[in-house]
Amino acid sequence: MQYLLSIYSDESVWPTMTEEQKKQGYAAYMAYTEALKQAGTFVGSNRLQPTSTATTVRSTNGKSQVLDGPYADTKEQLGGYFLIDVPNLDAAISWAARCPGSQHGVVEVRPVWSM
Amino acid sequence: MSECVQARDLAEQVARRSYGKLVAFLAARTRDVAAAEDALAEAFAAALRDWPANGCPQNAEGWLMTVARRKFLDGVRGRSREVSTDEMEETAIAISTAAEATEIPDRRLGLMFACAHPAIDAAIRAPLMLQAVLGLDAVQIASAFLVSPATMSQRLVRAKNKIRQAGIPLDIPERSEVRSRLDTVLDAIYAAFAEGWIDASGTDVARRDLAEEAIYLGRIVSELLPNEPEGLGLLALMLHAEARRSARRNTEGEYVPLALQSPSQWNWTMIAEAESLLVRASAMNIVGRYQLEAAIQSAHVARARIGTSDWPALVQLYDALLALSHSPVAAVNRALAIAEVKGASAALAELDEVARDPRLGEYQPYWAARAELLARTGEREEARHAYDIAIGLERDPPVRRFLEQRRILIDD
Repeated sequence: MQYLLSIYSDESVWPTMTEEQKKQGYAAYMAYTEALKQAGTFVGSNRLQPTSTATTVRSTNGKSQVLDGPYADTKEQLGGYFLIDVPNLDAAISWAARCPGSQHGVVEVRPVWSM
Repeated sequence: MSECVQARDLAEQVARRSYGKLVAFLAARTRDVAAAEDALAEAFAAALRDWPANGCPQNAEGWLMTVARRKFLDGVRGRSREVSTDEMEETAIAISTAAEATEIPDRRLGLMFACAHPAIDAAIRAPLMLQAVLGLDAVQIASAFLVSPATMSQRLVRAKNKIRQAGIPLDIPERSEVRSRLDTVLDAIYAAFAEGWIDASGTDVARRDLAEEAIYLGRIVSELLPNEPEGLGLLALMLHAEARRSARRNTEGEYVPLALQSPSQWNWTMIAEAESLLVRASAMNIVGRYQLEAAIQSAHVARARIGTSDWPALVQLYDALLALSHSPVAAVNRALAIAEVKGASAALAELDEVARDPRLGEYQPYWAARAELLARTGEREEARHAYDIAIGLERDPPVRRFLEQRRILIDD
């Protein structure tokens, strides 16, 4: 089964980190990605730009309404994701627990709707 | 006995023994607990039509399995959009192969781990287990847990959907995780037991049965995981408590506190089983909450032998339980044990320590304990006040009457 691990964290922290801390942060994600690939569970992954870059679009009655900003204005924001393929929820949870995002934020685990 | 009655009895017997086994087996691969239950319900209905006419089969479990398997695969095919063809074929082959074997493998424990999975809402774990493993219907469960049948079935449906859609495995977790995951299973069983335990007089059949069903679940765990001391501890705890069920009320239906119960009223067969489970568990040298609570029950049982509960041992056990669980309930009971060893004033000082815990404000035994200790130290006004609160918090009339009696005695 495929699961999306969505990483939610406080995006205001990253800019305040020292270069050394940022390097450590990158390294942690690199190592995690490597481990996923090694295990053959990695499907895809991306990091997102901060929510200040987000635009929200909603179409009603044929008219598009475009708004500056993210959909939900919360303290912890979607900052990236991993798409993994594992046998069941337990395996997905154990990968979520290893994700660096579970330390600096929270990781939401959701199965992908298979067509 | 007529064929019809015989068929019904046999079906009930098999339902009790095999229900969870068949559900666990059918749903193991697809995780579709609801479809397995539906298939099984149809198989039981078919049995009640067939058996009176054609006689009861030698292997009733196998008969039900064969019919349920057919219904189940039909059901899964009906939802083919959600299940891939490969998965369906694999399921069909696996179920057919296993059904031909004489013995259906016992996967109930895996089903229990799924029901009590951390990803399932904690409040629905016990009801889910009662339904999926024991086949209790939503109406029975709802009445025991004091919610409407509609709400209960909705929650059960949602939980089963989560198992299927989120991919919660119907498996025993990896060895490294068994112990921590077992805690949620045991907690769910104990929650079911506690619901059944509230009905002391045994007038509410749904609740009384719940305690028995919980003990049955506890037996499954302790048989399938015989080397997990906490599983044995929980079964011992439930047996100890159940052994005293009838002693909690006198012939007039009035509440009898533990200290005034006659040991001759206790069920000594259950107590003996509980004691031997506890001995087995403690030999494994891993202490846990349920073993400690069972040991506490055991120290009370000592009264039958030495004339009094083993209070010094009780203080030690509550110390350990408190260190482990930080439970304010354990703290209250510890204070009462201290009262028997060091006197009421020392106990009150201990109780004041925990009084800050906001959870205790609405906890009847805390106020009753406080009232009792204040009465013993001669602080009558405060004792009466504490009894008032305890009485106001209690929902069981016999216990309320008991507390009212205690309050009146202060005046003498």
